[in-house]
Parts: sequence; C-alpha cells; structure tokens
Amino acid sequence: MSAFVDVDDVSLSYDGTAATLALDGCSFSVRRGEFAAVVGPSGCGKSTLMKLITGLARPQRGRVRVDGRLVDSPVKIAGMAFQNPTLLPWRRTLDNVLLPLEIVEPHRRRLRRERAAYVERAERLLASVGLAGFGQRYPWQLSGGMQQRASLCRALIHEPALLLLDEPFAALDAFTREELWCVLRDLWQARGFTVVLVTHDLREAAFLADRIYVMSARPGRILATREVPFARPRELEDCYAPAFVELVHELRGLIGEARRAERAA
Amino acid sequence: MSGRGSRAVLLAPWLVTAGFFLLWEAACRALALPIYFLPPPSVVFEAAWQFRGALWRNGLVTLWTTLAGFGLAVGFGILLGLFVGWSRAIYAGLYPVMIGFNSIPKVAVVPVLVLWFGIGEVPAILTAFLISFFPIVVNVATGLATTEPEVEDVLRALGARKLDIMLKVGIPRSLPYFFGSLKVAITLAFVGAVVSETVAANAGLGHLMLTAQANFQVPLVFAGLLALAVLGIVMYALFALLERRMTGWAFRSGQAGAVAV
Repeated sequence: MSAFVDVDDVSLSYDGTAATLALDGCSFSVRRGEFAAVVGPSGCGKSTLMKLITGLARPQRGRVRVDGRLVDSPVKIAGMAFQNPTLLPWRRTLDNVLLPLEIVEPHRRRLRRERAAYVERAERLLASVGLAGFGQRYPWQLSGGMQQRASLCRALIHEPALLLLDEPFAALDAFTREELWCVLRDLWQARGFTVVLVTHDLREAAFLADRIYVMSARPGRILATREVPFARPRELEDCYAPAFVELVHELRGLIGEARRAERAA
Repeated sequence: MSGRGSRAVLLAPWLVTAGFFLLWEAACRALALPIYFLPPPSVVFEAAWQFRGALWRNGLVTLWTTLAGFGLAVGFGILLGLFVGWSRAIYAGLYPVMIGFNSIPKVAVVPVLVLWFGIGEVPAILTAFLISFFPIVVNVATGLATTEPEVEDVLRALGARKLDIMLKVGIPRSLPYFFGSLKVAITLAFVGAVVSETVAANAGLGHLMLTAQANFQVPLVFAGLLALAVLGIVMYALFALLERRMTGWAFRSGQAGAVAV
C-alpha cells in the first residue's frame, strides 16, 4: 500500500539560514492506518515535523504529501493534541470538544441544525475516554489527566483520518500516563485512523506504535527506523517482557549516540 | 472561624474610613488648625450639607462628562485594540507610538482643546476620553496578542481563517482583560474630566472647587474633594462588579487578569 503520510527529503529553517536549520533532508513515511512514533533528543525539530505534515509550515526543500495530495496549505483532515491540553476555559468541556465542528466543513454548516446529533456524538466520544457525565464541567474543574482526555476528544470529534500528537502525555504523572496510553490504544483500534506520535518517552513509543522513527539532534534527520513486532492488542504487562525492554534499550542507545554526536559537533 | 474572618474583611473598609475621619478631626482640634488651612471633617460635612444642591448639580455634570468621555474611550478603545491585536506585527509597530502618546500629561492638552472647542463640556469630555482609552486598547490588544499558539495551530490545521480564530478564541480570551481595564479606565476618565473642569469649564465639581477656592470657602473645597472621592469609589465598584459578573471563569481558571497600566 502506498504511503498515507510521505515526507520526502524535507529541509526547513525558520529564517532561511543554515544556522537555524530545524530539519535537514528528513524523509519518512507512514502507511494508512499505521501508528507511527517519532522519538529523538529534545529540540530535534519533532514539532516542526508536525507543522509540516499539517501544512502549518512549508519546507524550503523537499515535499510533504498526505493522502496522495501535495501539502501546500492546512490539510483539514488532521486532528492535533499537545502536551498542554489548551482547552478554552470559558467553554464547558462538551463545547470544547465541539469546537472543531464549528470550523470544519461540512459540519460547520450543519452544526446549528443538527446540534442534538452532534452533542450525542461528542458525549459518546467523551464516554469512550472515561469522561461520561463530565461534559458540562469547565476544563478548570477537571484534573490534568481528564483535561488531556478531553483534548484527545477535541482532536477526534471531526473523525480525522490523521491524528498528530505532540508529546501529549509528557506533563502527566506516570500512572495517569499509562492509563492514557490505553485510552489512545483503544481509540486507535476502534477507529483505525493514522497516527503520528511525537514523544521522548521510549516506552510510550514502543507500547503504542507499529513503527518508530529515531531522529537526530538538530538539524533533524531520521537516523533509524524500527518495526515494533509485538502482537496486538498489547497490555501494560507487555512492557516488562524481555523483548520490549530490549527494544527500549536499543532506542535509548540510538538517542544517546545522537546526543553525543550533537555535543561533539 | 471563617465566618468571623469574612465579617472582619467586610467591616474593615468601614472601620478604616471612620478611623481616618476621626484622626483628621482629632488632628485639627489638637493642633488648633485654622479652618481656612484645613477644616475638620465635621465642618466639611456641614458645608457639604449646606451646599448639597450645588454639589449635586455639579456632580451630575462631572458624572455626565466622565461617562461621555468613557463611552467614547470604550468604543474607540475596542476598535483600536482589535486592530492592534490582530497581528503581532501591528502590535509591535503601534505599541511604542501608543506609549509615547500616553506619556504626554493630558493636562497639557487641555489648552489646545479649549482653543479648538472653547470653554465648557467638550474639552472635559475629550480629556476624559484621551486619558482613559489607553488602558482599554492595551488590554484588548494584549488579550488578543497573547493567544496560545497551540490553540491557533489546532484551528488553523482545520482550515480556520483569521476571523474564525478571532471570534472563537481571541475575542472571548480578551474579555477578562477588557472588563479589567474598564475599572482602571473609568477612574482615569474621572480624573481627566475633573482636571479639564478645573482649567476650563463653567460647571462640574472641578469648576465648583475652583470657584469656592477663589471665594475662600475652604470647607466647600474639601466637600468637593469628598464628593469626588465618593463618585470615584462608586464608579470603580460598579465596574469591578461588572468584571466579576461577566468573566467569572477567568478568576476561577487563573487566566491572568488585566494588565496594570
């Protein structure tokens, strides 16, 4: 099957000079329905990669294609979630989840007329991440983990074909983070969208992804690709299996090399 | 425990105010200050009662010029604030110019206004306007310009236009800043109106005090000052209450309130 997300030899610098190159000759591709993770040392241009895929930034060299179409403007089929849940404090949680529908066609036109159906859809989605009955609360009445669940719902409410996650669980405590891994795993298995997850948590990448891309230090390139062979559905217990630990250890080594190379440079 | 604590908080402003007047009265008597230098509050209140008609009439004039200037400032401030906050480039370009404009003491502008519009209400209204629009502009613009880039990214990736982002995020986000700025602006408008009345008017509390001073009616001058203080407190309280009512979520969620100007 051809690539759903295809990043081909992309370079980007924010002010056009080599000194501020964020990505340099970066290539990778993600198949439709695949769960891809991008790991790398901090500041390696992972977030820039997200902006390129969504069409929020454009590369100076190379090409980005999503679903066979050259990305030259915002793609409109992506949902995004970040480390900071960025929910709007003046909207109730349900209305935060409905926000993308106020922007994306054809929902934008239909929202007012078919509001009841959309509200039901949002409530079902909230229930599926364990937030049943919390729709009428304001975000600041929810815990950090609950806000991040709501943020995932906001990213998925318009049923995007592509979900982009930029360190979405980095600010959570270890137990909440593992709970949310499972929430994301279940959503992905039920809905079959394509995911690009940017993270620096190697266990997170190994637990969730089908394939892991290791990025170099800035300017970012793909250093290595690892298929994750573990059968699905995966359980948290699997994180303690020898093969899992070995994969994480290997990734750790690759990132360590990238960081050493950066310091040497 | 908490009941007693909150009662103390409620009573504190009244006790402090009463204490202030008592201290004032005691100081005047102990030092035997002449009435034409510093009249004691008892004499000031007596004068306030005696001239209540004049205070009321002139107070209404000051209130009207203040509110008219303030109203202009709100309208103009919102428009300019939206414009300035629309993009970071406009914000960066206009901010220094506005700081420069705001640095001019507005009392220096009053003679110019008198030259253009003559003595009367118009210079007072315009001074109130000029002095009070600045905090509104700055706060509306700051609320817009400090929108989290991630929220903008989420919406832009969905194909949102600039106007969508303004309506869904920027404007609601700047409301606490706007309402916060109103209570600053109303007191400034009041100062502007009175300053202008003191220089060039034929009615208003500022004018009343100037006339009283010329006639050596010192207790009436102080009664005018008291009336100003009362009006100022009432207007501030009204707008602080409005702020709480309109944007309670900002207090609860801890979003930074108005920028002090």
